Amino acid sequence: MPSITREEVAHLARLARIELSDAELDHLAPQLDQIIALVGQVSQVAADDIPPTSHALPLTNVMREDVNVPCLTPEQALSGAPAAEEQRFRVPRILEED
Amino acid sequence: MSDLTRKTAVELQELMTSGQASSVEITQAHLDRIAAVDDSVRAFLHVDSEGALAQAAAIDAKRAAGEKLGPLAGVPLALKDVLTQEGVPTTAGSKILEGWKPPYDATVVKRLKAAGIVILGKTNMDEFAMGSSTENSAYGTTHNPWDLNRIPGGSGGGSSAALAAYEAPLAIGTDTGGSIRQPGAFTGTVGVKPTYGGTSRYGLIALASSLDTPGPCARTTLDAALLHEAIAGYDPMDSTSINQPVPAVVEAARRGDVTGLRVGVVKELGGEGYQPGVEARFHEAVELLTKLGAEVVEVSCPHFQYALPAYYLILPSEASSNLAKFDAMRYGLRVGDDGINSAEKVMNLTREAGFGDEVKRRIMLGTHALSSGYYDAYYGQAQKVRTLIQRDFANAYEQVDVLVSPATPTTAFPIGDRADDPIAMYKNDLCTIPVNLAGNAAASFPCGLADEDNLPVGFHVMAPVMRDELLYTVGAALESALAEQWGGVLMAQAPELEVTR
Amino acid sequence: MTAAVLEIDDALAQYDPVMGLEVHVELNTRSKMFCGCPTEFGAPPNTQTCPVCLGLPGALPVVNARAVESAIKIGLALNCEIAEWCRFARKNYFYPDMPKNFQTSQYDEPIAYNGWTEVVVDGETYRIEIERAHMEEDTGKSTHVGGATGRIHGASHSLVDYNRAGIPLIEIVTKTIEVPGDKAAAVAKAYVSMLRDLLLALGVSDVRMDQGSLRCDANVSLKPTGSATFGTRTETKNVNSFRSVERAVTYEITRQAAVLASGGKVVQETRHWHEDTGITTSGREKSDAEDYRYFPEPDLVPVAPSREWVEEIRSSLPEAPTLRRVRLQEEWGFTDLEMRDVVNGNALEPIVATVELGVTPTAAKKWWLGELARAANESGQELNALGVGPAEVAEVQKLVDAGSLNDKLARQVFDGLIKGEGTPAEIMAKRGLALVSDDSALIEAIDRAIAANPDVVEKVNSGKPAAAGALIGAVMKDMRGQADAAKVRELLNAKLGI
Ligand SMILES: [Zn+2]
Repeated sequence: MPSITREEVAHLARLARIELSDAELDHLAPQLDQIIALVGQVSQVAADDIPPTSHALPLTNVMREDVNVPCLTPEQALSGAPAAEEQRFRVPRILEED
Repeated sequence: MSDLTRKTAVELQELMTSGQASSVEITQAHLDRIAAVDDSVRAFLHVDSEGALAQAAAIDAKRAAGEKLGPLAGVPLALKDVLTQEGVPTTAGSKILEGWKPPYDATVVKRLKAAGIVILGKTNMDEFAMGSSTENSAYGTTHNPWDLNRIPGGSGGGSSAALAAYEAPLAIGTDTGGSIRQPGAFTGTVGVKPTYGGTSRYGLIALASSLDTPGPCARTTLDAALLHEAIAGYDPMDSTSINQPVPAVVEAARRGDVTGLRVGVVKELGGEGYQPGVEARFHEAVELLTKLGAEVVEVSCPHFQYALPAYYLILPSEASSNLAKFDAMRYGLRVGDDGINSAEKVMNLTREAGFGDEVKRRIMLGTHALSSGYYDAYYGQAQKVRTLIQRDFANAYEQVDVLVSPATPTTAFPIGDRADDPIAMYKNDLCTIPVNLAGNAAASFPCGLADEDNLPVGFHVMAPVMRDELLYTVGAALESALAEQWGGVLMAQAPELEVTR
Repeated sequence: MTAAVLEIDDALAQYDPVMGLEVHVELNTRSKMFCGCPTEFGAPPNTQTCPVCLGLPGALPVVNARAVESAIKIGLALNCEIAEWCRFARKNYFYPDMPKNFQTSQYDEPIAYNGWTEVVVDGETYRIEIERAHMEEDTGKSTHVGGATGRIHGASHSLVDYNRAGIPLIEIVTKTIEVPGDKAAAVAKAYVSMLRDLLLALGVSDVRMDQGSLRCDANVSLKPTGSATFGTRTETKNVNSFRSVERAVTYEITRQAAVLASGGKVVQETRHWHEDTGITTSGREKSDAEDYRYFPEPDLVPVAPSREWVEEIRSSLPEAPTLRRVRLQEEWGFTDLEMRDVVNGNALEPIVATVELGVTPTAAKKWWLGELARAANESGQELNALGVGPAEVAEVQKLVDAGSLNDKLARQVFDGLIKGEGTPAEIMAKRGLALVSDDSALIEAIDRAIAANPDVVEKVNSGKPAAAGALIGAVMKDMRGQADAAKVRELLNAKLGI
């Protein structure tokens, strides 16, 4: 029984916004299955009373003053844009409202 | 004058201060070397000759005007293509960023410029730093100057290969799971991963935010320390930056005194799966440290065995989110915008075309690990393992000052050998990964050639948070003792590259 | 075919509504949540961006301390507990107006949680439990091109401006609100209106609903009357005025009731509110595929507000609006009914400000709830958008007190002020509105009135002094209203000897 099915991999690709071809799915699904079996080892460490660590260092309260700093110019902001119009980023039609 | 490209940064500085060479001459010599050998090494993705020479000329002018300059002013450097440099193409080794010119400098780049260091160009790397060989670069593999049929390590293979090929005396790498240390080991050069938060991540194209650390690469310990000092220190633009003075790395590298230093050999990092030649050189180096006055003991870090699985959950999870921004809307590649396709479709097509296999694998793995229903078993559990590994380090550092191990289980492997075997590839980083999970400092120093293949072996030193100077203490002591043994530096044993002109 | 909506009374006869309200407030900090870009509304597109809020590769966020302080203020004012330690989290989903394709927000560790507040509707007080208030960032703004007037459907492409991306938001989420069905919509409106007052009093937001700095999402579900089982809820997005909140809730109640009454099932989905037609339409269906993959933001460190800081903020809070209202009512001597009219009419703050300028509470109320409220209502504007402020009201009242204007003329001055005709003095001059204070002119008018109305004089003389009112009316008419009625009465009485 694989730890992840081809269908699940296809679902992940949709969530991750990657248009995988069938051939790629065939290739990637068994590899992911292997990797998931490897990483699944973490569950062997019984660690109910262990707190999780999300940051390497125990820093807290790093904040900045509420002051303005210079912005990019609109030309700089748009310099990498694949398409621009009216000083805005031009993007293909959006299907759904957020 | 002897070949300027064979000099260390310290020697180059002496030539400049004594007026025997200008920065422009030194820079030109390195640009010439790149032109001569990079067709076979392929360390660089972009060479900024014009920018470098202009920077060099500016430094020469300042020097002529009597301005006080830093210890690396005028010395050329190779910059890993994962750090933004204003107006210079920055790709992170990916097609999806081809042609992108950032409108801003990374903090590390700002500091390099402030130190007067001359940036020669951007070096090759595994795409978004995902890999251990540079084979995952969208722009082709970098070749190991010690054996052009082999990989130089990764992800920062370009930076380390540039050093080993004498294309630059200094380089910048970034280390998420070993991307500075492993290529350092494979190329016989020095690679240092500073304490997480000791160097700024601002402008580093993120792979895994909680692990990424920029650091210095060089051919000698002292050069690395000088570069470390130039780029390190608190940055208010990076919330995870440590607001403390930079450890006294240069002083440590100059002294290199290990007398009374307590050194712990990590029991779990050796044995089965380790190449005999690697283990032999490692143990000899440990012996040498004992002779130099260090107190060596064996220590156990029982949870290190779970570091690799935990790492391959944390990294892909963070990466899947960090790489979501590459969506064809604001910069970079855009595929399929035919006026009919929706934004969603264009995003899907662009990410399909713009990302390589390894990037896709890791994005999907991370997406899976963060999914509802899996989070606790994967990401949550991995974060607990992280705590256990931090505790292993804390316990060990109660007994010893530094920990040591081989930097890699093997020497550099042939190109193509593990290219489509992700798990074999991941195991390259067994020794280097625990440090990233705990945020410690670590480095790899050359400690000889393996008997089987005559390829460099790296000696891995790990030090507690913000005790980076201890790395240099050990590195410098080993370096001078080994040079005495060999009658010169290890790099002197590297084969000469054929020059194409 | 079944009706799309039921009458509200029919709907409420069969179902009890259950609501939840999520309000997003843009803070009025100078800089954005995670970068130093300004937050001005209406700046030219993409002039207020930097690598951080554009989500450029390599950029990193740093938390705005004042935004955290504002979040704590809001939490305290809503009687919340303030977390001793909390983190930001990434909410992952793709959308072109979101630069990083994740929103930096908070997930299971909000900065403020477990609070409550109260609203008053028709003299009845309703307690609303607050689930949480958390910090997050706003998105950019898309303009849809090529379709019908800016609509997303049928558009050929969109243009994105990221000036708004990264502006600090506080999301305030209520627990389930269950009130009598006929009050539900009014309670929702009162809650949002109360929040507006509160946020203004705290000084943390401009709360310009017309600029989208306060946006409300309304969750509505129905359960059969008397049942304990909750129904399927819908989330109506971007309801951006008090009145719309009331209308949207009412609409959803009547729509869902019609669906259920005809044997259908309410679909769990996002719905969009249409201000013009007053209906909601189906948006994106909430599917299991919607998986935000929250995880702690690794680029930021935890926020752990010290208890000293929290207490310092608490001690600096202005008086809670509800308590303040009780105090003001007592000071002003208004009845409950009067006070309710004031609050419902959004006239509380203007009256406070007007009274501070020396006007009596009664006079201030008279203008704000009378002439000005009527004008606002007629033009469909908010009271504070009329262009007449407390200073103008105080000035006009001073003229009345000095005898230069009477109430009737004052109304004309207000009309002039609303139409932007200048200062009260200029309007009086232009419109010729000053009262005639010259006795001789008044006496001449009184003589004319007496001469023209012998029958009235007759009545007065035959012992009916009240009839003199008609003569006063005649004099005022003669004077075109520009006379002080009390003065006229005094002079007339003297003339008639009464
Ligand atoms: Zn910004």
